[in-house]
Amino acid sequence: MTALELARWQFGITTLYHFIFVPVTIGLALCVAVMQTRWYRTGEEHWLRSTRFWGKLLLISFALGVATGIVQEFQFGMNWSNYSRFVGDIFGAPLAMEGLAAFFVESTFLGLWIFGWGRLSKKTHLLCVWLVALSTALSAYFILAANSWMQHPVGYKMVDGKAELTNIFSVLFNSTALYAFAHTILAALLTAGMILIAVSAWHLRRGREVQVFGGAMRLALPLVVFAAVVTMFVGHFNGILMSHQQPMKMAAADAVFNTERGAGLSLFATGDFESNPEGLNRNVEIPNLLSWISTGYPRGEIEGINNLNREYQRKYGPGNYSPIVAVAYWTWRAMIGCAVAMLAFAAWGWWLQRRGRLRDSKWFLRLAVPAVALPFIASATGWMFTEMGRQPWVVFGLLKTNEANSPSVGPAEVWITLVGFTLLYGALAGFAGWAFVRAVRKGPVEAGHAEDPGQELALTY
Amino acid sequence: MDAYTALQVVWFVLISILWLGYFVLEGFDFGVGMLFRAVTRNDDERRTVLHTIGPVWDGNEVWLIVAGGATFAAFPQWYATLFSGFYLALFVLLVALIVRNVSFEFWGKHDTTRWRRGWEWAMIVGSAVPALLWGVAWANIVHGVPIDSQMEYTGNFFDLLHPYALLGGVATLLIFLAHGAVFLNLRTAGDVGERAKAIAGRVAPPAAVAGIAFLIWTVASHGGGIDVGSAIAAAASGLCLIAAAALAGSRPAHAFAATTAAILTFFLALFIDLFPNTMVSSTSALFDMTLNQSASSHYTLVVMTVVAALLVPVVVAYQAWTYWVFRHRVSSAGFGDVRNPLDALDQHRREGGGGPEPAGPGR
Ligand code: HDD
Ligand code: HEM
Ligand code: HEM
Repeated sequence: MTALELARWQFGITTLYHFIFVPVTIGLALCVAVMQTRWYRTGEEHWLRSTRFWGKLLLISFALGVATGIVQEFQFGMNWSNYSRFVGDIFGAPLAMEGLAAFFVESTFLGLWIFGWGRLSKKTHLLCVWLVALSTALSAYFILAANSWMQHPVGYKMVDGKAELTNIFSVLFNSTALYAFAHTILAALLTAGMILIAVSAWHLRRGREVQVFGGAMRLALPLVVFAAVVTMFVGHFNGILMSHQQPMKMAAADAVFNTERGAGLSLFATGDFESNPEGLNRNVEIPNLLSWISTGYPRGEIEGINNLNREYQRKYGPGNYSPIVAVAYWTWRAMIGCAVAMLAFAAWGWWLQRRGRLRDSKWFLRLAVPAVALPFIASATGWMFTEMGRQPWVVFGLLKTNEANSPSVGPAEVWITLVGFTLLYGALAGFAGWAFVRAVRKGPVEAGHAEDPGQELALTY
Repeated sequence: MDAYTALQVVWFVLISILWLGYFVLEGFDFGVGMLFRAVTRNDDERRTVLHTIGPVWDGNEVWLIVAGGATFAAFPQWYATLFSGFYLALFVLLVALIVRNVSFEFWGKHDTTRWRRGWEWAMIVGSAVPALLWGVAWANIVHGVPIDSQMEYTGNFFDLLHPYALLGGVATLLIFLAHGAVFLNLRTAGDVGERAKAIAGRVAPPAAVAGIAFLIWTVASHGGGIDVGSAIAAAASGLCLIAAAALAGSRPAHAFAATTAAILTFFLALFIDLFPNTMVSSTSALFDMTLNQSASSHYTLVVMTVVAALLVPVVVAYQAWTYWVFRHRVSSAGFGDVRNPLDALDQHRREGGGGPEPAGPGR
């Protein structure tokens, strides 16, 4: 494999791994903040115990998110130095702002929250957890603004073959970024909600801690239903925006090869896993539905991959401008499928709960545990769609991926780091998964029966 | 073409400040990490040690993240050349930092000797490796590495490991070790504090020797004759190191001030030496990368200046507040108290309740 291919694998692996923890941290931080607020307001003990319990899980995720985040930042310079030279003027700004405005707040106030139990006043302590929750969301905003610029470059001019910033507000309020932020925060809420449901179900099935986990269910089931519905709307409008900004990605997602009026919605298709603007091997579709969804008219026009390819060849010079259609097609469907599945599942649970039958429903409680995979699959496939669907561009219309990597870094070096990071991340996943499951099984601590105080301090350490 | 503009100098200074903040703050984290087993005999003591840096280490590390981000924003060419050039060294550094980060979290998660010892060693190695490598890296940046006309690094990993760079690494390793030992002495009571004091007394003199030797070499080998500013900072650093060596075994507060000042002036000497370049080319002086060649556009620098002027004071204020909140000395004896808010609640009830709920113990 070439250094370029290896660097791409490395970016994909490390970033998708980082993004396992990101939505958990953002979502759980908000949930924990809400729980602690309830405790602060009502003084009901089970909310305090919930705060401590879910807080422990939050910290495990946070630690891994932080550890893998540093690699993300260094990686741009290490593997993608041409990219960094090309976009640094623009891309570095939100990244630095993220550090100054969000990471400092996040890390400092998390330290205060963990070690501040009993040292800070109740109100200040509550403020700390809210600051953590809000700053994780803020950090997401800045990094998504940076990423959105790659999807849809705005506020720049080209000088000496480099992109130069002309308007920071265009970059920070890029339409793409606003949608991506809403979509990502909703994804984080869904992730946290599904974790709450899964963990609570596991305990409820054993009849344990009904108050704590019943409370979590009452919070999580409506949350997931609400977030899933809103995600679908936001995702839909995000898709419409994307069809304007990156029509090729949408064409690939729907496997439309030639511009059609009244295009059908494809249900199942098979193709080769390489850039294949020729067509699919098999395709089953519902007539007219795609045109109807995308344009609002059953006979609306949908641009096809081949037509776009010809247009881009005229505009950008010879080459192939189509991503791997099979990847875009299936990741797009996997993401949406997960959204639908989560909505159905949570709606069922909510219904059971409102009838007071949740705790007796063996099937729901049992299925809840594997269902926790859904939001993770959705996020991973969502990113694969977004990033791989943009290929061959790394910055759409401006810089191709194969011109973006570091000229001074050879395949041998990338092999070392690729294998190294992958092994390290694998080991971390093992430890973190083990710690997470252990914390879940142990359940919330009871007043007066805390583990030895040292252990409990080890909420963290 | 001028080598720099005023705004570029502002950013060079700001980035230097971020690095200085990082080395002073994370410097004692590294020291504490390296000493994790040396100053402790049992788990309670280890927990005590973790409590000295537990609330702050992540905040300290963000100084590095922001230094990286700010370099990317203000000097993208510097960021690109440095990070792709020092590729494998950075990889080792990242692995060490990751292992160290998670060791804090995982150490207390399980109760067997093997588990704990494993993470203790992870913490020690994960702290020592960056403490060494940062010195090696900055020595190389100042000294110059093979860079061609396209701003690309043309050497390999082993080109970074020459005697001057290794001496720099040893110097930072020892200085951070002394810094951490003094910090521990300051922040802990009882046996742990005593052991830390003894170690500080033993480590500070060799740290001073290595640091001073490295600084002399730096000043003497500066390309265009002696750089006066750098020489002054180096001399100040030398004095602080000597002061630290003299005070480390007896007066922790003064010694901590001395190690802090020594670290600040140590790196200040390097930054002044580097200015007005961001990278020095050992291939040809023509290929040195000046601030101007490395920098972002004027507009980006203006934007970032506004952002930094608004945010940096706020960050410094709340980080200082954190240190104030956690200013009390910790000791393993303290862990007998209830610290868990749930236990506090229980105790409160047993004592007959009434009154408002406790905010928690220890208040
Ligand atoms: C949508 C959200 C999001 C996305 C797309 C990314 N991150 Fe991230 N990152 C976070 C959301 C986040 C977070 C929620 O703020 C984290 C995760 C867990 C945590 O502790 O903070 C975090 C941690 C984190 C840290 C450690 C911060 C600390 O020490 O407190 C760094 C340096 C980065 N990230 C950098 C990156 C880079 C360079 C990315 C681009 C590839 C990236 N992240 C993608
Ligand atoms: C600011 C944020 C981001 C930037 C600057 C960025 C940039 C890049 C770059 C430079 C590549 C290499 C080109 C390539 O291999 O195609 C890439 C690929 C990739 N990125 Fe992103 N990315 C960002 C965020 C993310 C996130 C958060 C994820 C998901 C968790 C992600 C998922 C991927 C994947 C899966 C690939 C591999 C695609 C492929 O190999 O074709 N990216 N991205
Ligand atoms: C009906 C449901 C959904 C629709 C219509 C939808 C739509 C989209 C679209 C159009 C994009 C691409 C944006 C771009 O390339 O610029 C995207 C990306 C993404 N999706 Fe979804 N999505 C849905 C459900 C979900 C769910 C349930 C999750 C996770 C729990 C999720 C996670 C993501 C992520 C992480 C990205 C990449 C970040 C971004 O660009 O926003 N999506 N989604």
